[in-house]
Amino acid sequence: MDYGTLRGLVALLIMALFVIIVVWSYSKKRKASFDKVANSIFEEDDLTKQNKQSHLDKDSKQERK
Amino acid sequence: MTQSNPSAVVDYNFDVVRQFTVMTVIWGIVGTLVGVLIAAQLIWPALNFDTPWLTYSRLRPLHTNAVIFAFGTSALFATSYYVVQRTCQARLFGGKLAAFTFWGWQAVIVAAAISLPLGYTSSKEYAELEWPIDILITIVWVCYAIVFFGTIVKRKTSHIYVANWFFGGFILTVAVLHLVNSMVIPISAMKSYSIYPGAIDAMIQWWYGHNAVGFLLTAGFLGMMYYFVPKQAERPVYSYRLSIVHFWALVSLYIWAGPHHLHYTALPDWAQSVGMVMSIVLFLPSWGGMINGIMTLSGAWHKLRHDPILRFLIVSLSFYGMSTFEGPMMAIKSVNALSHYTDWTVGHVHSGALGWVAMISIGAMYHLIPVLFNQGRMYSIRLINIHFWIHTTGIVLYIVAMWISGVMQGLMWRAVNTDGTLTYSFVESLTASYPFYFIRFLGGVLVVSGFLLMAYNMFKTIGAKDGSLKAAEEA
Repeated sequence: MDYGTLRGLVALLIMALFVIIVVWSYSKKRKASFDKVANSIFEEDDLTKQNKQSHLDKDSKQERK
Repeated sequence: MTQSNPSAVVDYNFDVVRQFTVMTVIWGIVGTLVGVLIAAQLIWPALNFDTPWLTYSRLRPLHTNAVIFAFGTSALFATSYYVVQRTCQARLFGGKLAAFTFWGWQAVIVAAAISLPLGYTSSKEYAELEWPIDILITIVWVCYAIVFFGTIVKRKTSHIYVANWFFGGFILTVAVLHLVNSMVIPISAMKSYSIYPGAIDAMIQWWYGHNAVGFLLTAGFLGMMYYFVPKQAERPVYSYRLSIVHFWALVSLYIWAGPHHLHYTALPDWAQSVGMVMSIVLFLPSWGGMINGIMTLSGAWHKLRHDPILRFLIVSLSFYGMSTFEGPMMAIKSVNALSHYTDWTVGHVHSGALGWVAMISIGAMYHLIPVLFNQGRMYSIRLINIHFWIHTTGIVLYIVAMWISGVMQGLMWRAVNTDGTLTYSFVESLTASYPFYFIRFLGGVLVVSGFLLMAYNMFKTIGAKDGSLKAAEEA
């Protein structure tokens, strides 16, 4: 196999990989678990809040000013 | 300084995060102040006072190193150490190794601040530091990787949150870039020569240079974005699935974009074309990420009205979108023929650096400082708001001045008379740029003033009695 063909195959392989990543991440099966992960950065705070009074005010909510 | 309550779930190592956070603000002032000085030198050359170590040629690399490696990288250390602990629910791995990365990195910065004004330079842009400092950087960086990935390995959560993917990608790639680009043959304690010849050296240099932008100044700060934007907006990221595609598309494309720095040079034409095409395609993941960040706020836009921290974060994404549109456009060879070597490039860099990198860091720091120092909020929200407007005005003055100056220079340099001679001499284009250099200087002064306000606000917050600053309740 000459170098040009090899490079062409590598390009195809990478494109296939990209399609796999898109299909994998957008599959319906994973939706629920991804939603959970996206919310995980807040859960961890609740855990801390239960245990630590001093953390209560930590999430700065500058709603007014 | 460790957390006082013994019933804490995890005894996080926030000491190192606090150290890096404070130094981020300090280096932010120093780096931008040097920038203002050299901007002033371009208008009033006498400001080098005829001292070799105050000349533009030596202070310019000091400015770039200070803002990228002192300010930006300290911000990345602080936020990556914070985010990785929080999202993995584990204390930093490696015990004292984390403290070593802090002191080691500060030593690198001090070494740079001394050696660059003295004239020691490898002359490689953004990699000017000489080989002994390069070795120190390598050691610190390996320890950084051990601490970061060690923490991921010992995580208590099953999933690795997307911010950590970006931080991890940035740490690994910067290690590879630094090692490859810093390959030199030392001829004395502070002098070395690159092992790469001619055009290969140029290609290696810009493969490094552009990926310093792509991985340090982009991927790393995107890691920051994926944690602090949702956190400050108090809602999860717009699309977690998009964030995964964003990550893989961004890291696999950025690595090829370097040759666009070498259009119309001795670099082979095919390599220039690859760089151009890859830079244009890069627009897609960049905007995917920007949209993902901004849309996180969908349904909660009103928060922007009251929360200057959120405003910093979201406006940083707007600047990110602007620069990542401008960048691919400037990478097109015919556009590059006009823009290259002019102030347009300088404007582009600063819309990315002051708009994206600095604003996302400033927003993240304002979020982080109260958390780290046991307060409900920053000392003064009003000062944050003033900082936001000063900083934004400064950037707009800066980049608009550079756009106009740059396009004007490009047009003047290429103008030819009917007999084929150049219409303008170089000096004529320089004279025409003076007013814009002054506007740029004003913009820079505003940015520095903003950083000074931030430092004042930060030290007031740190100095206040624990828990005395209460977060405002919902309006």
